[in-house]
Amino acid sequence: MRFIRQVMVITAKDLRAEMRTKEAINASFAFAIVVLLILSFAFEPTEDTTREISGGLLWIVFLFAGTLILNRSFARELPNDCLDALIAAPVPGAALFLGKGLANFALIFAVEIVALPVFGIFYNVRWARQFWSLMLVMVLGTWGLTAIGTVFGALTVNIRLREVMLPLLVYPVMIPILLGAMKLSTDLVAGQPISGDLMVWLKLLVGFDIIFTALSLVLMDTVLVG
Amino acid sequence: MSAAAVDCAGVWKFYGDYPALRDISLSVPAGRCLALIGRNGAGKTTLLRMLAGYSKPGKGLVTIFGKSPRETDTRQRIGFIGHGISVYDELSAIENLRLFGRLYGLPNPERSASEWLERTGLERVRDGLVREFSRGMRQRLAVARAFLHGPWLLLMDEPFTALDDRAIAVLQTVLRDALAAGRTVVMSTHQLREAMDLATHVALLNRGRLAFQGERTQEMVKDPGWVYAQYGES
Amino acid sequence: MRQKVMIVMLALAAVLLVRNLYTISLLPDEVNQGQIFRIIFFHLPAAIAAMLGSAVALLASVMFLWKKNFQYDALAVAVTEVGLAFLAVNLVTGSIWARVIWGVWWAWDPRLTSALICWILYAGYLILRQALEEPTQRATFAAVYSIFAFTDVPIVYFSIRWWRTIHPQPVFFSKGGSFPPDWSRALLVNMVAIFLLYAVLTMIRLRQEQTQREIDYLRRTVHAI
Repeated sequence: MRFIRQVMVITAKDLRAEMRTKEAINASFAFAIVVLLILSFAFEPTEDTTREISGGLLWIVFLFAGTLILNRSFARELPNDCLDALIAAPVPGAALFLGKGLANFALIFAVEIVALPVFGIFYNVRWARQFWSLMLVMVLGTWGLTAIGTVFGALTVNIRLREVMLPLLVYPVMIPILLGAMKLSTDLVAGQPISGDLMVWLKLLVGFDIIFTALSLVLMDTVLVG
Repeated sequence: MSAAAVDCAGVWKFYGDYPALRDISLSVPAGRCLALIGRNGAGKTTLLRMLAGYSKPGKGLVTIFGKSPRETDTRQRIGFIGHGISVYDELSAIENLRLFGRLYGLPNPERSASEWLERTGLERVRDGLVREFSRGMRQRLAVARAFLHGPWLLLMDEPFTALDDRAIAVLQTVLRDALAAGRTVVMSTHQLREAMDLATHVALLNRGRLAFQGERTQEMVKDPGWVYAQYGES
Repeated sequence: MRQKVMIVMLALAAVLLVRNLYTISLLPDEVNQGQIFRIIFFHLPAAIAAMLGSAVALLASVMFLWKKNFQYDALAVAVTEVGLAFLAVNLVTGSIWARVIWGVWWAWDPRLTSALICWILYAGYLILRQALEEPTQRATFAAVYSIFAFTDVPIVYFSIRWWRTIHPQPVFFSKGGSFPPDWSRALLVNMVAIFLLYAVLTMIRLRQEQTQREIDYLRRTVHAI
């Protein structure tokens, strides 16, 4: 299907361009590690405190590091007026959203995968006991962040204080999914499987992702062309 | 009867409440080359971008080959060169063209890309990254990108501005070939001389209004400033 | 004509409020809370008004995206701004109540927490508008953001409520409980008064938007000469 081809072409373009310069992803890696470091100074990482805050801490790191990448996403289309060419091409806004979204997702997830073992080392935590469940939560949570961040990235691309405006707009909308992701992650890192109470949070994550992805797909054209 | 390439009927464009374009009625049949001239701020860029589908008119109707500029079919048929070159610095020339070839659904993007690299004299730097190109090379690549998918309508915003001689020659050749093949060209320009060479028709925009539209005459070729003197406030 | 309608509504609201203040002050003190229970007569209508306001904002935003008529955009921003003010009233009265009853200014009560997040969401709407200069783009982007914000509101409410259920905290006025009839009447009257006030303030703000657009138009016209 032409739609899928176009999505793949855009994803490949974003990833290739990013891999050539590595600007955003290097900054994001470095930032994640710095934040992990600083947070470890903020309190004594005893086993009990770590167990309580692990989910919250991880997702703060993921959120901040992910914002760097999301900021870059539409910003990279500005030099040379490349965004014009993308809008003029017979590519539906939905394809542009998915293409960039998938690329952003891949980059943010890569940073998260690296941040996890670093977290484990700094805080002396065995985080992989519920590995696949944790991966599931990370995928769902990161996609939520990516979906919102990609659309809002298009909204803020031409604004003066874009680097500040994007997190300012994205973070409040993200609060429900962050709650769920943090709660789930805390328990998963502590070794508990997802069951009972936690299932509600998982459903919230899935629901959030579906609703906001659908909304983004529909509204992307409006944002691009008005 | 086949639809005109470009048709504006009573088009107004507002920024907020301010009219940047006022009651523009313009029809460009296929095969024509229209030179759109006017002072800075007259509305040339606004009009061109509206024809290309980047914005919608506040009042009135814009149709390209009888359809809305935003329809997928129409977008396939439009080639646009704006102020920026619209190619990616971090990709190579061939990668850029391949990318756009695929986005436009060309049957053989690789071949089309190579073909256009040759036509714009860039085949030797096909693997070079655009950020390392000279200015003239970048502009030639922009031309390649715009013409790559064989558009029926070329919309160009001051395409000759700040081009080096080689790039000017390439663009003129490419435009002549396109016009000979029955394509339509609408270009805004300050470079009256190059424009008058190629244009079959001329339109003058003055403060958002069409002050003049008509065939290109000998007087215009001899003295490109003639239209301004006659119809515009200089 | 419009001005007369506004003045009538304002007068009506004032009359209702003043009379109601008298009625409310006559009500006997509530068993558990003492004097402070009276704050519910302002706290609750403010919240409901803000909620209705956000629904109107959503409708206005969707209508703008559909019809491209700037009146809808003006309505969206007016109703959102006034709504933010009323939501702030809700938050402040809630905080005062919490201080008197529980001894803390903020207790992460689920409804107040959700209200706070909604406040931040819609404040974001205003900040986004401020950062966009071109009127059509501003109206379009703000409308898109408004749709996202409104979609998020129920999700926020649900998630905060669930979050708080697993860590039970004191809840502000379990409303399932009994509302004595003389309370209900006073509450209803106050609600009408506050809704009227909301409408009047929105109309004032709408007029302001219209004037601003006229000024912008004149300014651009002058600059073009």
